[in-house]
Amino acid sequence: MTEHSPDLAKLIFGRLSLDDIPYHEPILIFTFIGVAIGAIVVLGAITYYRKWGYLWSEWFTSVDHKKIGIMYIVLALIMLLRGFADALMMRGQQAVAFGAHEGYLPASHYDQIFTAHGTIMIFFVAMPFITGLINFVMPLQIGSRDVAFPFLNNFSFWMTVSGALLVMASLFIGVFARTGWLAYPPLSELPASPDSGVDYWIWGLQIAGVGTTLSGINMIATIVKMRAPGMTMMKMPIFTWTALLANVLIVAAFPVLTATLALLALDRYAGTHFFTNDLGGNYMMYINLIWVWGHPEVYILVLPAFGVYSEVTSTFSRKRLFGYASMVYATVVIAVLSYLVWLHHFFTMGSGASVNSFFGITTMIISIPTGAKIFNWMFTMYRGRIVYDVAMLWVVAFIVTFVIGGMTGVLLAVPPADFELHNSLFLIAHFHNVIIGGVLFGMFAGVNYWFPKAFGFRLDPFWGKVSFWFWVVGFYFAFMPLYLLGLMGVTRRLRHFDDASLQIWFQLAAFGAILILLGIAAMIVQFAVSILHREKLRDSTGDPWHGRTLEWSTSSPPPPYNFAFTPQVHDIDAWWQMKQHNWRRPVQGFLPIHMPKNTGTGVYLAVLSFIFGFAMVWYMWLIAAISFVALLAVAIHHTFNYDRDYYIPADEVGRVEAVRAGA
Amino acid sequence: MSDMTMTVGGGSGAQEALNFHVAEDHHPENATLLGFWLYLMSDCLIFACLFATYGVLGREYAGGPSAQQVLELPIVAVNTTLLLLSSITYGFAVLEMQHNRRGPMMAWLIVTWLLGAGFITLELTEFTHLVSIGAGPGRSAFLSSFFTLVGTHGLHVTSGLIWMIVLLVQVGKKGLIPANKRRLMCLSMFWHFLDVVWVGVFSFVYLMGVLA
Repeated sequence: MTEHSPDLAKLIFGRLSLDDIPYHEPILIFTFIGVAIGAIVVLGAITYYRKWGYLWSEWFTSVDHKKIGIMYIVLALIMLLRGFADALMMRGQQAVAFGAHEGYLPASHYDQIFTAHGTIMIFFVAMPFITGLINFVMPLQIGSRDVAFPFLNNFSFWMTVSGALLVMASLFIGVFARTGWLAYPPLSELPASPDSGVDYWIWGLQIAGVGTTLSGINMIATIVKMRAPGMTMMKMPIFTWTALLANVLIVAAFPVLTATLALLALDRYAGTHFFTNDLGGNYMMYINLIWVWGHPEVYILVLPAFGVYSEVTSTFSRKRLFGYASMVYATVVIAVLSYLVWLHHFFTMGSGASVNSFFGITTMIISIPTGAKIFNWMFTMYRGRIVYDVAMLWVVAFIVTFVIGGMTGVLLAVPPADFELHNSLFLIAHFHNVIIGGVLFGMFAGVNYWFPKAFGFRLDPFWGKVSFWFWVVGFYFAFMPLYLLGLMGVTRRLRHFDDASLQIWFQLAAFGAILILLGIAAMIVQFAVSILHREKLRDSTGDPWHGRTLEWSTSSPPPPYNFAFTPQVHDIDAWWQMKQHNWRRPVQGFLPIHMPKNTGTGVYLAVLSFIFGFAMVWYMWLIAAISFVALLAVAIHHTFNYDRDYYIPADEVGRVEAVRAGA
Repeated sequence: MSDMTMTVGGGSGAQEALNFHVAEDHHPENATLLGFWLYLMSDCLIFACLFATYGVLGREYAGGPSAQQVLELPIVAVNTTLLLLSSITYGFAVLEMQHNRRGPMMAWLIVTWLLGAGFITLELTEFTHLVSIGAGPGRSAFLSSFFTLVGTHGLHVTSGLIWMIVLLVQVGKKGLIPANKRRLMCLSMFWHFLDVVWVGVFSFVYLMGVLA
């Protein structure tokens, strides 16, 4: 930066220079201006209303699983807007870039967009969404007062935020990866991708991955150790079961991602030869490793969504879930099988007929337990008194959509067919079909279902239905044409086409994306309208849907300690049984409640991780070293604090309960 | 089938008196040791990936030196002895901890630390020697995977050593309170785990490499 001491500048700024700020790209400049104005408005409003102290002490430093869960979902929704903006840009480009028309996105920008879209949607939308729901719902469902390691939970959340911020930073400082969302080598190696893009990708995911793994450990320990007395494994609510299995998968899969990213980083930073073309490196090793993580990952996402569908279906059908035990076994079988199918992502590697057959068959076998689940949901609805509230609408849309996506999946599992469809838009249509139709619909069902538990008032059903119809119709418009295009042989990640006869399908897909945009807009309106009309939508019972599981037995929003008395469980549908016995929340005999204290350490560690990641991306070795030492120091300092909990006095509990009983 | 029989669970009639909450103070079990065990298993998977990578790339010499040419068993034998002994001395520390004898506990922990530090010193000596003869991690895929597998284990031992210092200070300040005992048990699991991993590294990388 300064002319006279280039060495010092290099030591501090690494390879970062003014040229890395993309001021010559109008799209990015306008985006930056938009983001900057938005940030100024939000930060200004928080300052004007003097809410910083409240946010810091009540939310950012909170170790309450409910607040952490809500923050995860807020993160997911914000990142959904970013990821969807990327999708719109791609759909726009592909709808116009035919023949002489080059479209409006230069190749280097387009490549960053599809990489960012995939990375953000999986790691910073879908993952925070499911982690958030599990965080909020699961401890309530098992009758617990918090998770096993409340501080670790807060830390995990902020590490996820830190990773997301690093990916966002690449928008305005330097570039993001242009490699596709899994950064296959040798393209992602230094010779082919020398700029900051892949490094942003590596460090963003590595930092967020630490949070995800720790959160997985936390949730397993919580479910194993902290269930209310009487709740045996086979009496756990089905969402808790799917949460358990998803977190087992997290702990068993994310270390593989960590190792793989570390090896790629070593190749790029230390000159090793794991995945290079020369000196003995083997890039197919990377592709095997990344999918050993990647396939379980999709089940990490979809299993909790299956749990949501199960809860919503039985609640809104006013019936006990059909086939509880078979649901549990199906979940377990899916979790185990998810480790035996990774090779179907690259049948074209050429591992031979027998290996491909094995992985093709294991893939097809997964459809059996999944199909069993679909039947269970339908039999739950059969002869039920179905109430088509917004959450239930999402379930029905899911059943139809997911079955289509599942069938195209079985089609892709046939190796000879896959040789034709590999890397085509058929594949793109398939996985959006199952991830949107399976995971995202489930998350929307979950948000509509548990929102009144979290905030004490329901979401506005009218705007919920508007959003639902735009989303579902938009989804079919956006992705059904891609199936056709894929069958015609169009491959993924193309920026420009010569064959004008294909254009109509891309225009239809773009129309679908606009419908989805309206669906997202309606969702935002739904939140706004619900907050405005919250008194009208208020639920004072704590149980607005006539629920069946323990989270509905406490008041809404639940008090910090969740349950004044730990529930005693006798049945799978514990709360339903309590209602049958006319149980009432006790109004006296309260005891002091043991609670963990809030701490800012999670935020500090995440900020330092962000600085460390940013410094590593830009080769700022000095700052990297300092921030790493600071990370260690803060972490160690935290262990010297033995005073981590306190008691809520009994009369305070009594006061809170009295207010809630009278409400 | 009536709606009631469908919905009332477990065949329990509405008249039966069941208790639906615990009126006394309820504390779930402490989950720290289980949580730490789960963490160790996740760490074990990182090592599994590195072992697998070594399994795939361990014979890719790319015209450079082979395992037989560069690995020296005598040094590694001493190294292995140090680490295995340190596991035993940590075991003695835990025994003293269970008898609430703070002084001997800390003494055994210091012995463990010295053995661990000796292990790291020897490992670093081996690494600098390899780099100096042109067999650094960038030479071939074999050496990349060798340095990464052995080095990751070394980094873990180093973190264990830092942790041990922290715990020595904390036990010195607060004594053998339950929180510190729990931490000592976690570090104990960590330390023995590293020993087990090292047995794998020693057999799979060094023995098989030299004997091949």
